[in-house]
Amino acid sequence: MIQTDLYVLLPVIVVIAWALMLLLVDLWVPKNRKGITAGLAAFGLAIALGFSLSQSGSTLQGFSGMVVLDPFARFLNVLILGSGLAAIALAYDYLKRMGLERGEYYTLLLISISGMMLMAQAHDLIIVFLALELLSIPLYVLAGFARPRLESEEAALKYFLLGAFASGFVLYGVALIFGATGSTNLESIMGSIGSANPAMLLIGAGLLLVGFGFKVAAVPFHMWAPDVYQGAPTPVSGFMSVGVKAAGLAALLRVFIVALPALAADLTPLLYALAILTMLVGNLLALAQTNLKRLLAYSSIANAGYLLMAFVPYGNTAMVAESNAAMLFFMAAYALGSLGAWAVVVSLERAEGRGLELDDYAGLGRKYPWLAIAMLVFMLSFTGAPLTLGFWGKFYLFKVAVDAGFWPLALVGLLTSVISAYYYLRVVVVMYMQAGQPEAQGDRLVTLLAVALAVLLVLLSFFPGPLLNFAALAGL
Amino acid sequence: MNWWTNPLVILIAFPLAGAALIALIGSRQTRLIRWLALAVTLIEFGLSLWLLARFNPADGNLQLMVDQPWVDLFGLPVRLLLGVDGLSLLMVLLTTLLTPIAILSTWTAVEDRVKGFMLFFLLLESAMLGVFLALDLVLFFLFWELTLIPMYFLIGIWGGARRIMAAVKFFLFTMAGSILMLLAILYMTNAAGTAALPELMQQRALFSGAALWLFLAFGIAFAIKVPMWPLHTWLPDAHVEAPTAGSVILAAVLLKMGAYGFLRFNLSLFPQTFVQLAPWIGGLAVVGILYGAAVAYAQKDLKKLVAYSSVSHLGFVMLGIAALNPQGLAGAVLQMVNHGVSTGALFLFVGMLYERRHTRDLADFGGLWKVMPILGALTLIIMLSSVGLPGLNGFVGEFNILLGAFGSSALGSFWFAALAALGVVLAAAYLLKMFEQTFLGPIKHEENRALLDLNPREIITLLPLLVLMFWIGLYPAPFLNLLNPTVTQILSLVVVP
Repeated sequence: MIQTDLYVLLPVIVVIAWALMLLLVDLWVPKNRKGITAGLAAFGLAIALGFSLSQSGSTLQGFSGMVVLDPFARFLNVLILGSGLAAIALAYDYLKRMGLERGEYYTLLLISISGMMLMAQAHDLIIVFLALELLSIPLYVLAGFARPRLESEEAALKYFLLGAFASGFVLYGVALIFGATGSTNLESIMGSIGSANPAMLLIGAGLLLVGFGFKVAAVPFHMWAPDVYQGAPTPVSGFMSVGVKAAGLAALLRVFIVALPALAADLTPLLYALAILTMLVGNLLALAQTNLKRLLAYSSIANAGYLLMAFVPYGNTAMVAESNAAMLFFMAAYALGSLGAWAVVVSLERAEGRGLELDDYAGLGRKYPWLAIAMLVFMLSFTGAPLTLGFWGKFYLFKVAVDAGFWPLALVGLLTSVISAYYYLRVVVVMYMQAGQPEAQGDRLVTLLAVALAVLLVLLSFFPGPLLNFAALAGL
Repeated sequence: MNWWTNPLVILIAFPLAGAALIALIGSRQTRLIRWLALAVTLIEFGLSLWLLARFNPADGNLQLMVDQPWVDLFGLPVRLLLGVDGLSLLMVLLTTLLTPIAILSTWTAVEDRVKGFMLFFLLLESAMLGVFLALDLVLFFLFWELTLIPMYFLIGIWGGARRIMAAVKFFLFTMAGSILMLLAILYMTNAAGTAALPELMQQRALFSGAALWLFLAFGIAFAIKVPMWPLHTWLPDAHVEAPTAGSVILAAVLLKMGAYGFLRFNLSLFPQTFVQLAPWIGGLAVVGILYGAAVAYAQKDLKKLVAYSSVSHLGFVMLGIAALNPQGLAGAVLQMVNHGVSTGALFLFVGMLYERRHTRDLADFGGLWKVMPILGALTLIIMLSSVGLPGLNGFVGEFNILLGAFGSSALGSFWFAALAALGVVLAAAYLLKMFEQTFLGPIKHEENRALLDLNPREIITLLPLLVLMFWIGLYPAPFLNLLNPTVTQILSLVVVP
């Protein structure tokens, strides 16, 4: 049924069509008025968001089972579209300020968003690969958008080379799994897993894990993240820290839970090690950072570790629904905090990459109380302090780990949380307890976004019920 | 009755509402902000007296309970479950009394960012009350962690020269303890499917196999807070660097959260493990008493001296708890109140001196009685109350604790009490030394001649505490009546062989 097919992919189609249209329309937008393009792009995302929210909560397959629309995909679509809107708000003034204002920015952003959404809806390994490329290639370009700044070009090249490698791993994994099971459809793979060549299958699954691990920035596939986050234009880094992670998470959950639950026993030690390494390395290296962009990059690695911690029991049928809900819930809390923190960074960044060191934040509490209090909320939420959504997010993840019997994993997670408190608090110390004259450059929109996200984090901590339900219903 | 009209909910919410009101006022209007904060905390004290009036002291069970579902974490309902018994009521009263006193002490001491200071203080009061009233383990943990944030800022922004180090150390120590507690909470809630203390107490058998580990996980978190030797190292730093009001609240209330945790959770959830480990806890307590006293004697900084005296005094509290008999436990709870009153007052005294002289070095004082007779007289009473002189509050608590420890079959040896009694003598030694070096003898420094004696505001700040010292010292019956049924109730779980 063509109607069903289109209905399933409606938000994705809207975003792609809008992106293409934007490419054309932008030709007639005068060079000094690219704000129009930004507004149009935001409008397109808002329409897609509206469609996504109005889509039914039942499960529908489209294009012969290649894509699927289910509550899981809807949750992530809403999350990705929301982050996309925030990313436009971050970029609008920043690009003008830094002399980077070009209309393609928004087109590329929209194409990347459509790739992320496609990833959330993918139900076939071919679509997974397609979505991976669709979301990555525009980001390679966006990372280098601050051309001719060397850091930006370096970031783009690094991200491209390592990303291409990761794509290669995924593709090779897809090929091996296809070879072992004779199918790329996730459900058929699960159906024929009993008769498949176990070694081939396991190697294939391992290769997929490498590729997805790269996207969520899990250790030891995290090397790119700090350099790319630092070099890329700040709004791009902010968007990547949420969007790419959400897409990687979507792929990880969807492929492994739907197609490969039978491999859980073999993969558990691997995932265990991956989770512990990511939590430890991310948090420990973050301790040494003095550049806010790098600090947030390592923080995003550490948060990937917490996500992986809850992913370890994915094959446990009694636990999978809970683990899935906990991860999505944490992802939402992380997205709000991360976008907010990046908004503050955008606000304080000055030309030539100045204003990004921790010392540049000294005295923020006095001079820009709103930005500082918002940043305080984000840092506390990352730490998992009460009265922020991060408290429930982390609590839920640790609960999953303990419920599944992986209490050593939870212990490592908790210990690294204490470590993380140290570097998150350092930002707070600098803002409130040291004197200085910071210069905020951002426009009202970015400040407003930061404050709104902070308020949301605090409010949702009192009433996490609806979000918890939304996440719980989005189980696979 | 609606849940939001429950006195306990109102008690926790009121300071928050006050904070929200203050947040709306412009930060330049410091006078208004100060008065408003004082008014909020005074009304809060009135509310806690209203709670006292509604409380039935003859009943040792939890009263005025409220139970409202809040968050459902996939089969783990987190509930707004609050209740009060004699133990928590005393702690609530201590909190609500000390908070306005602490705010009054900041009148001239805190000039910088007054609005932020008061906001954090009110948030802290709510969080502390939540800790003492929460009966859902997750809710308790939430409030427990929440006390950290305002205290961290109070030390870190308004503290002394090394404030940042002290604030971070305070934060990390407490958080390190609470992660173990969180792990234990998650383990138990997974086994029982509920986080409510009354229900978990009935299902103790479910996790009796891991009781020792769970006990230790809770115990270490609480022992850091008490603080028990050897986990006390954060305390001197935090106390010395904190502003006066912060030190007062830290000593008077926050440390009590640790002892309270032992009584409320360790004793109720793992009574048999507590019996097994009682000699160990008692031993650490005695070491703390003697070590704290000895180190206090060696201090040259007034605030450090008082800080280490806290380590010693809290050792008494822990010894009374470890005695696991009615006398020891009643003494311990009373001593929790006493320590709050006496040490709170001692920190106020140090703060008043510091405000005048901007030094806390004992060598900078001497002969102050001649210029500040009122402060001298009041400090004499405070000091003697802390020493444990009969007729003042400290004596009643320590005497009960020592009697309890002496006859305790859980501790199993009279040596605990005998060595602890030595601590009383040492307390007299370091506190008398402190008094002598500040107030007696000739005036050694010329700049001390011009010091002004206490003003009426400062006398009012100390007055309620002095009244309590005499009241508890001369007529402790109302306090003991309040806590005895609860002590009996808590101990009914304990079987000492």
